[in-house]
Amino acid sequence: MELVSRLLAGDAAALARAITLVECDPPSPRDLLAAIYPYAGKARVVGITGPPGVGKSTLVDQLATAFRQTHAEVGVLAVDPSSPFTGGAILGDRVRMVRSSADPGIFIRSLATRGQLGGLSQATANAIRLMDAAGRGLILVETVGAGQAEVDIMNHAHTVLVVLAPGLGDDVQAIKAGILEIGHVFAVNKADRDGADRTSSELEAMLEMAPDRAAGGWRPPVVRTVARDGRGIPELVQKLDEHWDRRQPELGAWQRRQAAAELAELVGAMARSRLQDWAVKSGRWEEVLDAIVGRRLDPQRGAETLVSHYLNCRPGEDQGSKTGGRIGRRKDA
Amino acid sequence: MDRIIRVMVAKPGLDSHDRGAKVVARAYRDAGMEVVYTGLHQTPEQIADGAVQEDVDVLAVSILSGAHSVLLPRIISRLRERGGTCRVLAGGVIPEEDVPGLLEAGVARVFGPGSRLDAIVDFTRELVRSRV
Amino acid sequence: MADTTGGRERRSDFITVSGRPLERCYAPVRADAEEYCRELGNPGEYPYTRGIHPTMYRGRLWTMRQFAGFGTAEDSNARYRFLLQQGQTGLSVAFDFPTLLGYDSDHPRSEGEVGKLGVAVDTLADMEILFEGIPLDRVSTSMTINAPAAILWAMYIVVAEKQGVTRDRITGTIQNDILKEYMAQKTFVFPPRPSLRLVADTFAFGSREAPRWNTISISGYHIREAGATAAQELAFTLANGREYVQTGIAAGLDVDDFAPRLSFFFNSHVDFLEEIAKFRTARRIWAREMRERFRATNPRSCMLRFHTQTAGCSLTAQQPENNIVRTTLQALAAVLGGTQSLHTNSMDEALALPGEDAVRLALRTQQIIALESGVANTVDPLGGSYCLETLTRQLEQETQDYFDRIDRLGGVVPAIELGFFQREIADASYRYQRRVEAEELAVVGVNCHAAGPAPAINLLRVDPRTEFRQVERLQAVRRDRDGHAVERSLRHVREAARGSDNLMYPLLEAVGAYATLGEIMGVLREEFGEYREEAIF
Repeated sequence: MELVSRLLAGDAAALARAITLVECDPPSPRDLLAAIYPYAGKARVVGITGPPGVGKSTLVDQLATAFRQTHAEVGVLAVDPSSPFTGGAILGDRVRMVRSSADPGIFIRSLATRGQLGGLSQATANAIRLMDAAGRGLILVETVGAGQAEVDIMNHAHTVLVVLAPGLGDDVQAIKAGILEIGHVFAVNKADRDGADRTSSELEAMLEMAPDRAAGGWRPPVVRTVARDGRGIPELVQKLDEHWDRRQPELGAWQRRQAAAELAELVGAMARSRLQDWAVKSGRWEEVLDAIVGRRLDPQRGAETLVSHYLNCRPGEDQGSKTGGRIGRRKDA
Repeated sequence: MDRIIRVMVAKPGLDSHDRGAKVVARAYRDAGMEVVYTGLHQTPEQIADGAVQEDVDVLAVSILSGAHSVLLPRIISRLRERGGTCRVLAGGVIPEEDVPGLLEAGVARVFGPGSRLDAIVDFTRELVRSRV
Repeated sequence: MADTTGGRERRSDFITVSGRPLERCYAPVRADAEEYCRELGNPGEYPYTRGIHPTMYRGRLWTMRQFAGFGTAEDSNARYRFLLQQGQTGLSVAFDFPTLLGYDSDHPRSEGEVGKLGVAVDTLADMEILFEGIPLDRVSTSMTINAPAAILWAMYIVVAEKQGVTRDRITGTIQNDILKEYMAQKTFVFPPRPSLRLVADTFAFGSREAPRWNTISISGYHIREAGATAAQELAFTLANGREYVQTGIAAGLDVDDFAPRLSFFFNSHVDFLEEIAKFRTARRIWAREMRERFRATNPRSCMLRFHTQTAGCSLTAQQPENNIVRTTLQALAAVLGGTQSLHTNSMDEALALPGEDAVRLALRTQQIIALESGVANTVDPLGGSYCLETLTRQLEQETQDYFDRIDRLGGVVPAIELGFFQREIADASYRYQRRVEAEELAVVGVNCHAAGPAPAINLLRVDPRTEFRQVERLQAVRRDRDGHAVERSLRHVREAARGSDNLMYPLLEAVGAYATLGEIMGVLREEFGEYREEAIF
């Protein structure tokens, strides 16, 4: 594939087109992802998340520029929500990325969530992989820390930076349950504003109370930044680097865990879609559904029935066999 | 499946009039498209490189400063140089007599003052359809 | 601007075209005296709803001031002389984008923009040419400049002094309204806080050294052009006004020392009655805010004086002659609203910069309103109209509601940083556009009555060699000046920027040494940082 060779050579247009292709759900060219897979796995991925209005994009702009001193090519993935009403989106992160967008060594891509909750994480993982294979040695992934989907995305990062800012009311309390657990490094941005002390100390106190942290040996540091003028950025980069260094010994194990999680998810998704497909086409789905609705079968037993029938028949063993006739034959067999 | 159309709405040069660009961006979003908005004061290089990175289908450039004849050709040549294949639209205060030159430079269409949002959205959709 | 004439009027009597004498002002025959005094007051009386002068245009007509500027200083100088010759009474300078944003004409970002939407000014040399042969002791000059306002004003002062006009005698206005830049106009450079410090420095300098100069023109015009409603224009502009008053007070100035030099600038849009009500409301709210909130005791501090420009965004490229009629109605609304000075747009402005014929016609429009229509012959002729007084009260309430919301967000600057104004304006602008497209709002010649031949209009084309000529002059100035003096003066600018000394003095030194606008702004950019907009839809 010409696209693959151009991508592997680092060509921005090829990388951009490849991301478009894998962003669709499901990603259209499987062979594209297969072809680049051996070349990925080298990049360092930093996730940046936090509530709206804390200045994440400006901070990402500063970090991308700072990391360019140690990395020839930096990638930025900025994820924003799609409108639930129209499916459209306005992706405005570039507005804040004034320096990065003027630096050809920084590749910025805006992604919309497209309402695909589970799929978003997979699409982002694939986009990271493509950037990685295209030689972007450091990749920053920015999401609005709003829900599970964003937390899932952060699983793809080696280091997760959680950004907060003073003046967000009770948000620090509110996010405690959400994104606090996933942060390796914390930034209190807009630290020149009133309330920065309070936000920092509340955060420190909450981190203090998280017991599993101390056990792991890494105490998440809290760094104060003013992304607007760059204050605190060198310190923040240093903490991110420290965390990366600290991760090195267990990186192999982490990668294995990541791969296992992805494999499990893909297997689950694939199995479900095949099974459901078979059940619907074979008529079993409606049969079991009737039984459940008629209170003759409980949903748990219903599911078991379908799965064991499917496994006994083992239809669709090879791909592309999902023709009606074939399934019909197997059902009869 | 209908692919989601991606558009970049860009403000090049020193021009600070962003009312039109913002209204058009919202209209695109409400039509179900994904709009990458660049913000003000972008250089032609920033816009062209951005359009390549974002792999947009259409780049919509808004200029009300009179610098269109300098900025648009420069954006387009950088875009092509970097392998960008998107189509380019222009909007803003652009005198009729400058339009042929811009079309020559590769602008697909110029939308002047008083253009309807529906017309811009429909044309954009057509442009993408004809491209695929 | 109109001045108190001690009751003296332009003529001994004012008589209608049919021979009927007109009183100076009409008041209700059987007035509820208490309410009338509280809400309206006679012209020249608190709360100034009916006007800031007892005689208004019977004493002195408004200043007819056409905003102009393009190409090089020579081109614009010629246009100014033309306008003065046509009976214009004040100048209004439009600068090009590089000047507005503080870049020299040879900066890479300036390419293609030099002299396009206004005149290019790089150094004092340009300013000298711009006002050559124009007596700055007799002509008042308004300069639409914001982020670099202090620098351009310094240039103007030096040019005036070279003409032998001392700084205490110059009259005019710098726009200098940075807050609305973050909200709407977007030609900001520095972040809000250092920008406000620059504003405070101009206030202090003005009150000490140039007492006849308006150091700010608090502008709703651009807020409206960006798509705001009348109530938003009013509320956001007056909220900015309150912020500037606080800035002056915080800088240690007495409110009555600088408040009389605050001036305002509003848009006159297509909705005739609502616009008249808006101008009257503005005066009433401002008078009350100044007296009740800021404890101003000088009546002049409570008088809202304003310039008006007809709505550029209401002009259409289709059937451009219709714009003459729109502009006439809008100008009439401004006059019935009691404006102190007025710019009327030219019919061709939706297409390009105005040509000479179109500008003359726009000026004639004002002259016809002033001299033929008779509306200038009695004060606030529409005062007391049930409709108008109700609209005035409604707009006052809506403004108050916005004030409350802004206060809850912590004031104007925090609200800017949160994108409050930007979002309100963007929403209003999108709603407006959708209403036009749904034909709920008529735009004659565009969404209705659109048939008709395309007119032939002579558009003004800026000479394509402008940029080249401007860059040449800039480079000649750089070559011929005393480099050491420039360096020294820039050092002084930097020191003042770091400290708290009034920046106007080192700026005067720097422009006098022919430091370029870009050099001076470069120093300030380094010291103050640059502002980046928020993405708000």
